[in-house]
Amino acid sequence: MHDRGGWPTEAPIDRREHELADWEVLMDSLVGTLGQSGVMNVDELRRGIESMPPAAYETASYYERWLYAVETILTEKGVLASGELDARLGT
Amino acid sequence: MSLHDHDHHEADHDHEPLTNGGEPVAAARVRALEELLVEKGVIGREDVRQRIDWLISRSPADGARLVARSWVDSEFKQRLLADARAAAVELDLNPGPSPVVVALENTEAVHHMVVCTLCSCYPKALLGPPPDWYKSVPYRSRAVADPRAVLAEFGVQLEDGVEVRVVDSTADIRYLVIPRRPSGTETLQEEELAALVTRDSMIGVAIPVAPTPVAA
Amino acid sequence: MRYRPGQKVRVAARRHEGHHRTPAYLKGKHGTVKRVHARFKNPETHAYGLDGLPEQSLYLVSFEQQDVWREYSGSAGDRLYADVFEHWLEEAE
Repeated sequence: MHDRGGWPTEAPIDRREHELADWEVLMDSLVGTLGQSGVMNVDELRRGIESMPPAAYETASYYERWLYAVETILTEKGVLASGELDARLGT
Repeated sequence: MSLHDHDHHEADHDHEPLTNGGEPVAAARVRALEELLVEKGVIGREDVRQRIDWLISRSPADGARLVARSWVDSEFKQRLLADARAAAVELDLNPGPSPVVVALENTEAVHHMVVCTLCSCYPKALLGPPPDWYKSVPYRSRAVADPRAVLAEFGVQLEDGVEVRVVDSTADIRYLVIPRRPSGTETLQEEELAALVTRDSMIGVAIPVAPTPVAA
Repeated sequence: MRYRPGQKVRVAARRHEGHHRTPAYLKGKHGTVKRVHARFKNPETHAYGLDGLPEQSLYLVSFEQQDVWREYSGSAGDRLYADVFEHWLEEAE
């Protein structure tokens, strides 16, 4: 799903840009900090993104994929307990 | 930055379910994640703040300085081509965490274009965060297979005799394109030259132009 | 460091379950080593909580676009470069 080189597509490239929202800057920075601290590395981030179910990968925004990856990897490592983040959000 | 006239609802367009205040559901989740991780002592809040400050201070101006210096100083250019990371440090720039940065020189014979087909690897320390289109599925799919068509969409036409060389950043090397110095810039100072170097030209989808003379 | 600049190589055509950084479109393709980069942790293990050691040599490999795509519509001289790990390369003639 992530391995896209040469996938057939006629889609034009949408060149609209958006400035990163605060939460996106935060997401990026959390990953950077986790990397600096040796908790999670960039290969794990990529692997986490690649583990998304294809439909979710397609519809998620760029930093939503990062969020999915971080939750997946940190839960796997036992840094987060399963469901802990949901509980914190009251969902 | 042109808008397309026609609607394209491709599956790879970003979808953001909106909640209060127009933020997606993910926003609250990310903030809660930070809180949890800080509470648990996994990361320090101050480290996160510093990282945020670093990210928002990144811009293409740093990359442009490397390019402009290489245009006026041919020995610096050789050092830049040999080790872009060290060259950035030489100019007191922050080359970022990637251990290796490689500069790719455009010439009369070769035009480079960078993509990361597998994800979105990008020299953000020197260029700032990548534009959405660079991370998009259409760019990642088409840049390697039909680079000339992609360049044409960006308004760049190259003769058949020029080699279009697409570089797929498949590992942890970060690539920066050194575009060609436009003719008609012989009298410009280094700072003025840097102002001509756009982010897109350092990705390889644009070509810097000399400033148009102002009519007297 | 098994390969040298100028050497002809082939990207392995094998399947790999799990994270790896050799794109499908390059598997089985013939190219030429252009540069020997530094050594890096192996992403295939580093992505799964292991230390990624021993580090593997990484090479910048050049491919002729006409060799990569069946119907490449650009110029005959166009090329594609990619970074490929040593354990994904084989000698070629």
